[in-house]
Amino acid sequence: MNLTLKIWRQEGPDAKGQMQTVEARDIPEEASFLEMLDIVNERIIEEGGDPVQFDHDCREGICGTCSLTINGVPHGPDNGVTTCQLHMRKFRDGDTIWIEPFRAKAFPVVRDLVVDRSAFDRIIAAGGYISVRTGSAPDANGLPIEKDHADQSFDAATCIGCGACVAACPNASPMLFVGAKASHLNLLPQGKPELDIRVLAMVRQMDAEGFGNCTNHYECEGVCPKEISADVIARLNREYACASVKEGVA
Amino acid sequence: MSPLVSTICQFWSSSIGKKVVVALTGIVLVGFLAGHLAGNLLVYVGREATNDYAEFLMHLLHGAGIWIARAVLLTCFVLHIVATIQLTRSNRAARADAYEVKTSVRTTLSARVMIWSGLTILAFVIFHLLHFTVRIDQGLADLRDPLVDRHDTYGMVVRGFQNVPVSLFYIVALTLLCSHLSHGVASIFQTLGLRSKKTRGAIKVFSWIYAAIIWLGFISIPISIMLGLVHFD
Repeated sequence: MNLTLKIWRQEGPDAKGQMQTVEARDIPEEASFLEMLDIVNERIIEEGGDPVQFDHDCREGICGTCSLTINGVPHGPDNGVTTCQLHMRKFRDGDTIWIEPFRAKAFPVVRDLVVDRSAFDRIIAAGGYISVRTGSAPDANGLPIEKDHADQSFDAATCIGCGACVAACPNASPMLFVGAKASHLNLLPQGKPELDIRVLAMVRQMDAEGFGNCTNHYECEGVCPKEISADVIARLNREYACASVKEGVA
Repeated sequence: MSPLVSTICQFWSSSIGKKVVVALTGIVLVGFLAGHLAGNLLVYVGREATNDYAEFLMHLLHGAGIWIARAVLLTCFVLHIVATIQLTRSNRAARADAYEVKTSVRTTLSARVMIWSGLTILAFVIFHLLHFTVRIDQGLADLRDPLVDRHDTYGMVVRGFQNVPVSLFYIVALTLLCSHLSHGVASIFQTLGLRSKKTRGAIKVFSWIYAAIIWLGFISIPISIMLGLVHFD
């Protein structure tokens, strides 16, 4: 298939970027989106040009490294997959495809389509952990956990921290990420003792990073490659409000 | 600064804290709308019922009731607006560079225009207060109840809505209020952490029905008056 790509090119963090038109010829429809970019890059290199820079790692949909906003949708038009798992058969011969970085003030562009998502690492460092040794995996049913809570915690734990929620949100809010990372621990007995300090610290770090805040558009859950529900945002809101009250009166 | 004051300041300055303030003040304003609508619908009962109700409100708690209500509503209104404007500004700043192409997958038109529907409602409320509360139109202010010596609230409403451009402005503003409520009421539940797998469907339906009832109830009055279904006499 032959495609016309409109790709964001930006030489560095402080450079002014712009869209560049690149023709992608003879792309096999079984190629993944990133393999398509590999093919395009090889041709650019052969012609002596600068290849398009983009993030990728596992290419199995589990590491959260790949990004790209494709035709205005983070991770592209397929549901529940990352860009590396998106295949060219989702497009038609002759299509024009717009490829942009995940845009947010807190995700500065490093170069072309590569953005710096270390703001997420700092949010995790602020409270997305359990600070005591919880030991190795406990015996099954040794520690009773309500089935519903175990399921919800597991669903939240599927977050791979890719940042698509931020990229899709009209306000560049990371609350699906923060909610998922907090819920994953807060719902389990090992995470409960630090629930209050965790949500206070993570939300304060989130605000300090310059992200926007959730105004309930639910774009995040629509693009999340792990299909995490915005219910985790509701839980984070509730837990933050309760923790603030406790902090104020305790 | 005491630890309590410090926590309140920190809560207000946080994104979730401001949203909780928006949700809590929203509950007061949404509840007020239901009460206001119930009172307004008395125009369908007649002049005596409407004017009795107006008199009751004015004399509630020896006249203090209405001022307490006004103070609470004004406080909520100001907090709601200040918090949403501040949140909107930080949200705009969070995406300094816009996408060349952006495709929406879940959001609604009502959600996208919240700040604009809200600011239009602010302008409408100012007009509405000048129209029916301050009564800058002397013709409406001087109307007297023909049976009892008191202001004729019923006559004021009928005369006020017989002015077609004014009625049309009310209908447009109330339509934007309906849009605002359809997103806002559901958002209250999400912000206060009450939305879950079990409740999300019911919250969406409740939000739409509430917005529709408020919209139909309020716009029915100027429409009925313009169509001559509710008379001055």
